[in-house]
Amino acid sequence: MSSPVMMSVMRCFRFTRVRLWSVYSTAQNRQVFAHSCLRRLSTMSHTVPPVLSVVPSRALVDEKFRVLVENLPPGAPVTLHSLHQSEDKDYWEAYGHYISDERGAVSVADDLSFGGTYKGKEAMGLLWSMRPVPGSRDGLRLRKSDVCTPLLVNISVYSGHVTEGFREQSPLALAITERWYMAPGVQRIVIKEEGVKGTLFIPPGPGPFPGILDMWGGSGGLMEYRSSLLASHGYISFALEYFSPGELKSADTEFEYFEKAFNIIQKHPQVIPDRVGAFGLSLGSVFTIMLAAESNVIKLQCGVCVSGNHLYPRELTLRGVFLVLASKSHKIRHDENNYEIWRDMGLAIVNNPTKGKVDVGKINCPLMLLNGGDDQNWPTVEAAEDMAQMLRAVGKEHLLTRVTYPDAGHLIEPPYSPHFRATKFIKDITKEKVILLWGGQTKPHADAQEDAWNKILSFLQQHLYSNTTPKARM
Amino acid sequence: MAMQDGDECNAELEASNGQSTNQWVTSWMDRKCCVKLSVQPSRGLVDEKFIILVRKVFPGFQLTIQALHTCDHGHSWEAFSHYTANATGTVNVSEDPSLGGTYSGVEPMGLLWSLRPVPGSKPGLRMKKINVQTPMVVKISVYQGHQTEGLVDQVPLAGVVVERWYMAPGVVRIPITEERLSATLFLPSGPGPFPGILDLWGGAGKLVEYRSALLASHGFAAMTLAYLSPKVVRETGKMVDDTYFEKAYGVLERHPQILSSRIAMLGFSIGASVTLRMAVYSQVIKLRCAVCISGIHVQPIDRPVVQVLSYFNDDAKTQVTKENHVISRNWVLPITKDPSLKVDVGRLQCPLLLVVGEDDQNMAAQESALDMKEMMERAGNSHLLTVLLYPNTGHLIEPPFTPFVRFSNFRSVKLPQMGMALLGGEVVAHSRAQEDAWRKTLNFLKESLYGGTDSLSRL
Repeated sequence: MSSPVMMSVMRCFRFTRVRLWSVYSTAQNRQVFAHSCLRRLSTMSHTVPPVLSVVPSRALVDEKFRVLVENLPPGAPVTLHSLHQSEDKDYWEAYGHYISDERGAVSVADDLSFGGTYKGKEAMGLLWSMRPVPGSRDGLRLRKSDVCTPLLVNISVYSGHVTEGFREQSPLALAITERWYMAPGVQRIVIKEEGVKGTLFIPPGPGPFPGILDMWGGSGGLMEYRSSLLASHGYISFALEYFSPGELKSADTEFEYFEKAFNIIQKHPQVIPDRVGAFGLSLGSVFTIMLAAESNVIKLQCGVCVSGNHLYPRELTLRGVFLVLASKSHKIRHDENNYEIWRDMGLAIVNNPTKGKVDVGKINCPLMLLNGGDDQNWPTVEAAEDMAQMLRAVGKEHLLTRVTYPDAGHLIEPPYSPHFRATKFIKDITKEKVILLWGGQTKPHADAQEDAWNKILSFLQQHLYSNTTPKARM
Repeated sequence: MAMQDGDECNAELEASNGQSTNQWVTSWMDRKCCVKLSVQPSRGLVDEKFIILVRKVFPGFQLTIQALHTCDHGHSWEAFSHYTANATGTVNVSEDPSLGGTYSGVEPMGLLWSLRPVPGSKPGLRMKKINVQTPMVVKISVYQGHQTEGLVDQVPLAGVVVERWYMAPGVVRIPITEERLSATLFLPSGPGPFPGILDLWGGAGKLVEYRSALLASHGFAAMTLAYLSPKVVRETGKMVDDTYFEKAYGVLERHPQILSSRIAMLGFSIGASVTLRMAVYSQVIKLRCAVCISGIHVQPIDRPVVQVLSYFNDDAKTQVTKENHVISRNWVLPITKDPSLKVDVGRLQCPLLLVVGEDDQNMAAQESALDMKEMMERAGNSHLLTVLLYPNTGHLIEPPFTPFVRFSNFRSVKLPQMGMALLGGEVVAHSRAQEDAWRKTLNFLKESLYGGTDSLSRL
């Protein structure tokens, strides 16, 4: 055998399982990579691989991308695969089955997926249909804690229609895409003022900007990613930490805490004082509605409530709220997986006249309610209907915008986030670890997330960015 | 009095000049609510286009858009342009004409390629990214009115930050020191194997990484090689000879993630001279194709290639402009007929792309290209040759949207002391040439290195 042929025979490489996954983490750290350690199995060592591109390669999480594969044989079955390792070290993946066209190309935005974790023409299916890889722990949820770094996703193309064992095979090509929760120039400032804790995000530019008080849900802690995303859209957004599960004192948080937080935003030199709104998810929505209705101290310009409700009396602290829930815990049902379904607890309150509800009729600002029709955690649609009735009774129904997404669940997250149908939850009073059923079917839920975000941004734009009424300067 | 919301906002804007401070602050704050500035994408590769939109200003509103950048050397660069909003109160930089500033007309990327050092900077500065693992950060701001100076003292109406990257996510940077080389290898993400490119910069000497990083972002394993003053020269006191480049080629050829039969060379300026010599004469280097930017084939074949220009240094032929810029293009003119003084391109066996600026004042690239064409026609291999000739374009043909530089200070083998070399070109034509040449270069490389009879797609 001649020397070049010998060399090509010797150049048989194997991608070991460890190497494939460490390429990912090495690229993530952008470190020097010892190429002499890398070996790859190929039966066609002289053949040029297909070219996989993701455009844009760096984007905000709510921006679309186009995944394109070229240089394949025509009519070739291939699998597009996405892989992400979360901050908790779990692996999430999605995949779709495609056939290349007569030019040997596959365009995920234009072609049909014939199977996998998503079907049909789905430009972003490789993100929203992600789920934990087989063998993962139960009840996982994917949320980014560090918003100053991007979420990294490996996009790969495999030969044939593959459904499992992606780890054990070598892809034909791979591209890494960055998904950011923060636009360049957004500032992140930790706030600890007058006992109020949270993180403030400020858009680039001189300002001033409208402000948003951003309140997360009952799983507690501090999630910053929605605030950083709102700042990337031109709002000074304050992610408020108001509850930490297991921390006894935080359950004594009183209503005044939220008013103080709102003041901190309003006082900020770069905030337009009469353009401050609130945004809540789940339990955070409750406080949005309370602030809108009950506060004598602050004036909300508008409120966005995702999967929220008005079913808590004003005078209760969070602890009181949890006690109310505990008193109704006999209404918790379990599904076939033993996941907890809480919605009946809430229905009991909805069907109860007035007692234990926020007096929604006192609201004087526009309010947008976005809910999932398959919400198994709380009867948000019924609560929204109840709120509409209360507002109608005092002639203020025009303030309300209600959007209901059939077959969407409780956790309506930013666009292209995976769907979480049931995840782990720590119940505060008992410290019990359970899995809560949030509900929703993946495809309709993903559509809902995309549509909801567009509607939310338009709503905020309209109420926080448009001109004030003439009376301010007459 | 009844006013529409829009009129309200604009009345404040128009009346804001000469107002008392309180009124100015109020109207300033309201003005802020109106103006929306966006750049899409906010994070892109340096060769990708962006769309700059200014919205929610009054129809007919005059504004200035400014770009500001601090380069790796710490110098400030600025560009600005004047626009007038249309009937919907919008300015779209990709569609609307600039009425003045550092560029005019419809120029989607003008705010990048017309960047120049701020007034008061040292002359002859060149923008070069040293650390390719961080992005080039550009601040884009919009100001009221058509302004030409003093922007830095004003508060803009809005501002955003844009990142321009030389490296796509997943591209790996590997310093190479084996074989006493001074090089950096950039590998695309993925298992590969990938076609390889040996990337040679020019007379500015040190290791320049940004073009290789960008090539890797397009799917090529690219290795940039320093050869004029790399460590080995400093250590031994000797200039490199041909074996240095052959060793570099060997590193690519042996690399497990590089296709040994699909390696190209891309050279700029003196690097182009090296590329031509290796492509024709080397017994070791087997190129799939070659790209030569702003280079010449005139060189003493029996001497080390790095002496290529000092050999021709002729004070009598040096011209100096009234600004004291040195024109060295005439050193090799007229193109010699002596075969020992030029690369015999008639013996070339791979496709060759020549990228040439007609106004190159540093090297006689155009005359050289013409001579190469004649030689190849006589030898019967001119079908391998593609020449891209750009009018009003100078020597320094960089990746797209790189700010244009007409002259630059550098010390090279031909100028023993620091002087200013005239590179030539006119800003608009040169910038267009950079964009067009890069696209065509990438296509040429893709065709030669990714296409061909043994590629998957032809099965």
